[in-house]
Amino acid sequence: MTSPNSATVITSAVSATFLTLRTWLILLMATGITYWLGESGTAGKAGTMAVFSMLALAFIKGRLVIYDFMEIRHAPTMWKIFLVGWLGFVLGMIMLAYWIGLR
Amino acid sequence: MQPHSAALPVDQLGTLSTLPSSEAPAPARLPGDLAIWFFILAEMLVFAVFFLAYAFARARNVALFNESQLTLDLNSGALNTVLLITGSAFVVQAVHAVKRDNTHAGTRWLAAGLGCGFAFLVVKVLEYSAKFGAGINMSTNTFYMFYISLTFFHMMHVILGMVILGVLLVKTKQGAYGSHEHHTLESGAAYWHMVDLLWIVLFPLVYVMR
Repeated sequence: MTSPNSATVITSAVSATFLTLRTWLILLMATGITYWLGESGTAGKAGTMAVFSMLALAFIKGRLVIYDFMEIRHAPTMWKIFLVGWLGFVLGMIMLAYWIGLR
Repeated sequence: MQPHSAALPVDQLGTLSTLPSSEAPAPARLPGDLAIWFFILAEMLVFAVFFLAYAFARARNVALFNESQLTLDLNSGALNTVLLITGSAFVVQAVHAVKRDNTHAGTRWLAAGLGCGFAFLVVKVLEYSAKFGAGINMSTNTFYMFYISLTFFHMMHVILGMVILGVLLVKTKQGAYGSHEHHTLESGAAYWHMVDLLWIVLFPLVYVMR
């Protein structure tokens, strides 16, 4: 007999795998863009815009790892603030350092 | 959404439902042990200091950093990003499998994650040997000092992550974890994802941004 429980378990297993696959694909694409920015020389030519793009991509990637891989999406708000806050702070300070370097 | 409608009949059955549906709105929960999260935070703070030291040292030596950065192997850096991202995804799958009491699949996913860690180390060692072969070392200039120390310090964390994954693999194979107990597995997995997260900041910072 197939109970609704086992059906739910299978559904949740499939959706969990789908979420992992989706996150993995987005991470790969973002890595590809960062790599292209470096390899094509755009990172050197586009200046501030390229730096900002790479920091934005790193934020998207990092947040996905924190939310979906570390499973912080369902964690208490305090931990979301700690981890995503760390990411935002570090990337923001890097942006500041690059801006100082431009002057 | 499909998952929510699928969860409904279970709730209606009431007494028949023994397993809580993972799709039902669950209370906020931090995976793994609280202690590992404080350890992870401490590690992340140390790396934050390193990252900012690099960024602000660069601000005072832009030309030197830009020139030296061009000699780095972007392919190695990107390949290692892919390996860590993929290794993390495998470990996520391992935790999901073990939570469903699928020990066999859990063991295989953990082994795949460990394999990604090994591949990362191989790429890193090849990259280092090319650099050291070209006569580059810590004292060559400020950029290389940061490049070698930052990537080496990160690599030590990859190795520690692999030791943790190795222990989890053996314990999972022995059937120590399942739907009843997966706290330790989640804690180790969180550490492994942290190694991934750190590289996600390190790769653009040291290899690409100029």
